[in-house]
Amino acid sequence: MTQQAKYASFETDILVIGGGTAGPMAAIKAKEKNPNLDVVLFEKANVKRSGAISMGMDGLNNAIVPGHATPEQYVKEITIANDGIVNQRTVMAYAQNSFDMIQNLDNWGVKFEKDETGDYNMKKVHHLGTYVLPMPEGHHVKKILYRQLKRKRVNIINRYVSTRLLTGASGEIAGVIGVNSRTGEMVVIRAKAVILATGAAGRLGLPASGYLFGTYENPTNAGDGYSMAYHAGAELSGIECYQINPLIKDYNGPACAYVTGPMGGYTANSKGDRFIECDYWSGQMMLEFYRELESGNGPVFLKLDHLAEETISDIEHILHSNERPSRGRFHERRGNNYRERMVEMHISEIGLCSGHSASGVWVDEHARTTVPGLYAAGDLACVPHNYMLGAFVYGKLAGEDAADYCLDNDLPAVDQQQIDDEYARIMAPTQHSDGITPYQMEYKLRRMVNDYLQPPKVTTKMEIGLQRFAELREDMKYLSAADPHDLMRAMEVYAILDCAEMAARASLYRTESRWGLYHYRVDYPETDNDKWFAHAQLKKDENGEMVCFKRDIEPYIVELNDTEKDAYNKLRITSNQGA
Amino acid sequence: MPFANYKTSVPVIVDADKCIANKGCRVCVEVCPLDVLVIDEEKGTAYMKYDECWYCTPCEADCPTNAVTVNIPYLLR
Repeated sequence: MTQQAKYASFETDILVIGGGTAGPMAAIKAKEKNPNLDVVLFEKANVKRSGAISMGMDGLNNAIVPGHATPEQYVKEITIANDGIVNQRTVMAYAQNSFDMIQNLDNWGVKFEKDETGDYNMKKVHHLGTYVLPMPEGHHVKKILYRQLKRKRVNIINRYVSTRLLTGASGEIAGVIGVNSRTGEMVVIRAKAVILATGAAGRLGLPASGYLFGTYENPTNAGDGYSMAYHAGAELSGIECYQINPLIKDYNGPACAYVTGPMGGYTANSKGDRFIECDYWSGQMMLEFYRELESGNGPVFLKLDHLAEETISDIEHILHSNERPSRGRFHERRGNNYRERMVEMHISEIGLCSGHSASGVWVDEHARTTVPGLYAAGDLACVPHNYMLGAFVYGKLAGEDAADYCLDNDLPAVDQQQIDDEYARIMAPTQHSDGITPYQMEYKLRRMVNDYLQPPKVTTKMEIGLQRFAELREDMKYLSAADPHDLMRAMEVYAILDCAEMAARASLYRTESRWGLYHYRVDYPETDNDKWFAHAQLKKDENGEMVCFKRDIEPYIVELNDTEKDAYNKLRITSNQGA
Repeated sequence: MPFANYKTSVPVIVDADKCIANKGCRVCVEVCPLDVLVIDEEKGTAYMKYDECWYCTPCEADCPTNAVTVNIPYLLR
């Protein structure tokens, strides 16, 4: 009887966790597929303004528009950019749905740049193909999604932190447990299918500024989904392929050399010289960026000061009204005027994010994870370089497949022990009035992540890191939360700690270097295709231990020729007088 | 272990003359991804309670009376 009072409980057909980009699309497409299903969109913040595209987006990085690119070309480009470690079927599933999704968004009112004839105004930024479509008026994306959610009668629940997935007797998905960040109330939601769309692990490394929330990613995305998928028994992949991005120093938002690139801007060293051929983000590009940053020609800058006034005005309009609009006020205070001088850049803290690199929950071409009934989409799901449009496409694939899954499967019985254990874990930080604050614990943890995990990776350092993480895990019993908001932060520290341990173990497992800076191991500097041309997977085994293992790469559906394979390894400009 | 009071200046500033929280407005509090804004019930205005700002600006953009200003946090400026 007392259990009744402890938490609220209800049931649904499909539960979507995360209302940013992939999540709303998954919910909408599930309802379009079958309007009779109950679909709940469960969100940590508020769906109106949550996730990576809270303030919109300045462009599509991977638009496959007929006449400019083909799905086959795109699959080839992403395969090469990822040093061959991809499941091409998943990239192809994205590629084949890419153009339909652009048209779908266009029909809903999302504005893309078009030329005078009404065709999409495509730009070349990638090393090989043409995939970038600017969205100078892209700040309305979230409003447009919200309208569709309301129209399709998706049940939106805001301000709940999801903490653990529930699984049934056969390991299938059974629901989720969450806690309200304003009331501290726990809720148990039983569901036939769950779609995880919780975004990147963006609070893993500590930004150079030392400000915990001055991250590259929206810091609401603390890696909750990586942790939940892991504890539910799902396979994760490519965790060692960290996300590290080139950013405006201190501001820590994208400088967007790839937005300005088609307009004549570029990444330069302190002498104003180009040192990379291509500004598209890849591990290989980041390694050259890192080398230049550390060299006598460093640091690195975004160079626009050679451009015409009207071009610079256009760039300011795009960069200062979309995605991270406070860029403009940062520059103003620093006296950074694109017209007069170059803007100092730096590299981001490490994170896990398949939207930009490859680390995520393993999914197939239907967005299915290895746990029956559990789907993943967006930055969290391992489909390399998927970006915003990939999040929309995989949201759609997940929503539609989950709608079918619900017809064939009943609501699994829940295991009361799982609920009781989680209730105890959630309530623990509220039950003592002194101890360690979530802020302190998080700061220390993320400082250790920087000290021991940040590339260049060194074996002994990562082993020491694991010891420190184990000590922090022991300290978790001292976590103290003064209010429900603090409790949210406390639960996030658990997720960040899981992500840190996964990052260390996956990196130690792959005894070679690959993906440029993302997995540059100083004591294993070479790429070893004989031993390591494989996915490195990670999961929780039957004994509750974190284990790594290899998964074979599926036969390619688009073959690469030998001259193309190395394209991304030749990014440094050799004729540069400064290099 | 007792706690220390660690003071920081906050980046989000709410103009008390313009804020209409006393009329029931909760827009900035609702849209903040980090949930750092709360209402001071006595003063009838919103304020930034938790120093966890991503300077993302929905609070400023969506405020119906332009009462909210998002500054870049001092550590980053």
